[in-house]
Amino acid sequence: MSDAATEQGRDRARVDAPLKVSGLAPYAYEHELEDPLFLVPVLSTVATGAITGIDAEAARAVPGVALVLTHENAPRLALPTIPTLAVLRKPRVRYRGEIVAAVVADSLETARYAASLVRVDYAAPPSGPDVRLDPEDPGVRPLRRVMGVYPGQHTVGDVDGELAGAAYRVEGHYATPVNHHNPIEPHSMVALWHADLGPLATVQPRSTRLTVWDSNQGVVAPQGVLAGAFGLLPTQVEVISPYVGGSFGTKGMPHPHVMVTAMAARKLPGRAVKVALTRPQMFAGTGYRPETRQRVALAADEQGRLRAVDHEVFAPVSRVIPWVDPTAGPSLSMYASPTRRVSYRAQHLDIGPGTFMRAPGEYTGMFALETAMDELAREMGMDPVELRLRNEPEADPESGRPWSSRHVATCLTEGARIFGLEQQQQPGGRREGEWLLGMGVASASFPQMGMGPSLARITFTGGRYVVSMQASDIGTGAWTVLAQIAAQALDVPQDQVEARIGTTDAPYAIIAGGSTGTFGWGSAVVEAAQAFRAEHGSDPAEGATTRARTRMPQGVRGVRRMAFGAHFAEVAVSEVSGEVRVRRLYGHFDGGRIMNPRTARSQLVGGMTMGLSGALFEESYRDPRFGHVVNADLAGYHVAAHADVVDIEVGWVGEPDPWMGATGAKGIGEVGIVGVPAAIGNAIFDATGLRLRELPFTPVKVLEAWESSGPAPAATVR
Amino acid sequence: MRPFTYERATSVADALRRTAGASREGERTAYLAGGTNLIDHLRLGIRETDRLIDVSHLDLTEVTELEEGGLRIGALARNADVAAHPLVRRTFPVVSAAMLAGASGQLRNMATMGGNLLQRTRCVYFQDLSTPCNKRDPGSGCSAIEGLGTYNALIGTSDSCVAVHPSDLCVALAALDVTVVVEGPLGERRIDFADLHRLPGDRPERDTTLERSELITAIEIAGPGFARRSRYRKLRERASYAFATVSVAAALEVRDGQVADVRIGLGGVSHKPHRALRAEEVLRGGPATHEAYAAAIAVEMEQARPGPDNGYKVTQLRRAVPAVLSALTEETA
Ligand SMILES: Cc1cc2nc3c(=O)[nH]c(=O)nc-3n(C[C@H](O)[C@H](O)[C@H](O)COP(=O)(O)OP(=O)(O)OC[C@H]3O[C@@H](n4cnc5c(N)ncnc54)[C@H](O)[C@@H]3O)c2cc1C
Ligand code: SF4
Repeated sequence: MSDAATEQGRDRARVDAPLKVSGLAPYAYEHELEDPLFLVPVLSTVATGAITGIDAEAARAVPGVALVLTHENAPRLALPTIPTLAVLRKPRVRYRGEIVAAVVADSLETARYAASLVRVDYAAPPSGPDVRLDPEDPGVRPLRRVMGVYPGQHTVGDVDGELAGAAYRVEGHYATPVNHHNPIEPHSMVALWHADLGPLATVQPRSTRLTVWDSNQGVVAPQGVLAGAFGLLPTQVEVISPYVGGSFGTKGMPHPHVMVTAMAARKLPGRAVKVALTRPQMFAGTGYRPETRQRVALAADEQGRLRAVDHEVFAPVSRVIPWVDPTAGPSLSMYASPTRRVSYRAQHLDIGPGTFMRAPGEYTGMFALETAMDELAREMGMDPVELRLRNEPEADPESGRPWSSRHVATCLTEGARIFGLEQQQQPGGRREGEWLLGMGVASASFPQMGMGPSLARITFTGGRYVVSMQASDIGTGAWTVLAQIAAQALDVPQDQVEARIGTTDAPYAIIAGGSTGTFGWGSAVVEAAQAFRAEHGSDPAEGATTRARTRMPQGVRGVRRMAFGAHFAEVAVSEVSGEVRVRRLYGHFDGGRIMNPRTARSQLVGGMTMGLSGALFEESYRDPRFGHVVNADLAGYHVAAHADVVDIEVGWVGEPDPWMGATGAKGIGEVGIVGVPAAIGNAIFDATGLRLRELPFTPVKVLEAWESSGPAPAATVR
Repeated sequence: MRPFTYERATSVADALRRTAGASREGERTAYLAGGTNLIDHLRLGIRETDRLIDVSHLDLTEVTELEEGGLRIGALARNADVAAHPLVRRTFPVVSAAMLAGASGQLRNMATMGGNLLQRTRCVYFQDLSTPCNKRDPGSGCSAIEGLGTYNALIGTSDSCVAVHPSDLCVALAALDVTVVVEGPLGERRIDFADLHRLPGDRPERDTTLERSELITAIEIAGPGFARRSRYRKLRERASYAFATVSVAAALEVRDGQVADVRIGLGGVSHKPHRALRAEEVLRGGPATHEAYAAAIAVEMEQARPGPDNGYKVTQLRRAVPAVLSALTEETA
């Protein structure tokens, strides 16, 4: 590791900030192209069935309409590897809100109007759609594996025996709802098939046939998918995505509109075709965090050492893509226990598939596990921090491998000190008028996966070092941090370095996913810088260039890498309305080396804000009669408003992890959200004595718990 | 969105003339004020029109004093301006507070008084063209009764519709003596505020008793009396920028520990802004105590018919109404 790379990360403003705040950073939809056309998709209004007819006459007759695309006239493509992308192939519907047609016109208004005139007739299957969640449905099946890597069923030791004979034991049923990512920038894209390339162009690997301006977490995904479907070489598909207005997982894999827009453009060569999904369209077909029903049971001895961890997960899955989050993941690794059982069951439904959403699995699983830990602490009358400290595992309980680094204890104790954690022996004793006050704590964890190597190229030109790679900045600060890492590794001032990312015209990189960007791409940048200096010295010639790839330390497979943290919440709960307000949130994190305190803080604060929002508000209501989410806009699906986010602060351990590669940084994009709902729920218990086990903690839930827990609270009788 | 023509009315008479002309030709019209509700509906396809008649420039934006301290507020005055108006704040604080509890700063800058009265329900099925809804598509059925029921009405529902009126302003107006002044083809008409909005019955597609071409020109609030001491409390899921689950507008006069007079408007409970007449009746002349307030709202809630998901609204009201009235009582003391 070079000296430059060990230099502590510096506080730097984002290099793209001036462009963004002045509105000059072009997002996908905003690229100015000559004479563009506008595409509006038509979504199915049934959950399953056959399309028996599409009447597009009225739509075609609207002046300005260039194309109505349906399964009848769509280009024949190779079968895509992602099943949702097999759109407009057959006259059938697999989930409500699937794209069944699209209208392209010379203005957005015209396209929208014409789309409303497309008439689609369906024949429902005799049994009707199967969209109702039911854990007792006979079709519910145990899962063997989750996300391909996690065990679906896993038992160590005699869990039932330990539970039966334990000194202390808690058991609870927990539920989490469907959540949608709702990045501010909708899914959007512009596709342009290049016309007049001549017959020979088709076979030239370097001639771009299709250019796409797209909003995504990595240009490789649409490039690969589109090249595969249209029978092109990846090099013939150019993807340009310099700025992305948030994603949280929903732009990791291409969604059907990408395919449909490219198909429409294929039929309209030379014309740029633009699409931007509406909020309801995003709710229908761009993935979500699936709901869960969970059961967690914990057994402990007299000293509070866990004897059993038992975690059962039930989740619905889409028949199109059987996406299940690894919700019980935290129960495998968070705490030491001689016995442990994890099991998953799933129900297959005619619904659109879920996808990655910020900390998939950990977010829902840690809600249950960390609430159960609080229940155990209360049951024992033990300090919740102390209980957690007593169950710190020496090595990863699941694999037996040593931790690459684990500073959970520091996060808990330092965090509790900085926050001033003080819980009440007897909940319900602190009040300000109608508001009951309380505090809570919960831990956080997020696995650090290897997503495969990325490449970075450094070129010296015009007196500056240009670092290029396909990396993507979805609001994380990658533009800034990659340049910073390069500057440190090259040992030059940051203004001599420029990053070039978000385009296929750069060396291959993995997508921004799994919180891997900074350490994965960063390692490639450090390697490239070192190779560059080795090859070209400290006074390089104009045009000097070098490429290198991510390198992880030898033996990395022998250790377990995770980011950790601890959250502390102070809440106020109104006896009158049942409203919960989070007055303070503090998170203390083990994120390895912090590369740039400013962008790191904003990642963690952002994660915690999303956790607060999920704890109190966010819930997509999938109507069991129809099979689609009906509160599908930002008036119906509440995300935290500014007034809800009063005081969030973060701190960190800052200890580099040598197993994370040259940067020593752990990924921090996701760990910030994990555990927040549990910390808030535990604080609600401290405030009120009400134990809420279902997210979100809306006034309905608080008041129902109150009403069913006995006498009306004091404030109503004064 | 269906294509339409846009035209700007130059006077009230001109606006009425344009609607009359259109209806003779079988064309549909819509008055455009702030557009914060109407434009969304045109975009979503909930409403279609052939001619959009912009009335937002008409000279109906004044706030003027009436005798006995009442106020006349022009129908096209912006919510933000009215909420900040010194006369309104001094005379009817509940009106100002209710408006400030609604929407967001940007929306209040655009939204007008008349538009606020005529805004339509936020029932999610009403807004989703792919689901049945009697209000949007008469006879198609009501999806809300057995669907997402958290926000449904408690009082005055019918088998056809269980939607609530979403306005905050209207809850405050329901607690006051308000007349809505409208201009129609036959001249001016004055409507008691209580008669403006309808219960759904079997015609939920009709929100109000206004005729199609009628234009609201002003809202008159009669002399304040004890309404100078009034409060608005909105209960909602997040701290700002959300419609109420329920809300309470109240004015109270206490003399010698007795309730001399009281007005209570409730939001989020019915298809129209709800005045809690039964609770008022119970309270008038009785003791001004928290217990009495709790008992009165319990009487009011006897007519509530909650569904499976909205029983919490009854709980909220049973807690919030006494809290608001007690706070007003303390203010008096
Ligand atoms: C995101 C969002 C959040 C909101 N939150 C709240 C909230 O918390 N509380 C709340 O109370 N409201 C809320 N609103 C609603 C807002 O208050 C209304 O949209 C607004 O008051 C409507 O006024 P406008 O002038 O824009 O009406 P427009 O949209 O112009 O018109 C609405 C309707 O009234 C008719 N109309 C308008 N003026 C007249 C007139 N003078 N005579 C006859 N007909 C007329 C129009 O033809 C149309 O049918 C919210 C709106 C949005 C979009
Ligand atoms: S409650 Fe009224 S507005 Fe809502 S779906 Fe039923 S009829 Fe439509």
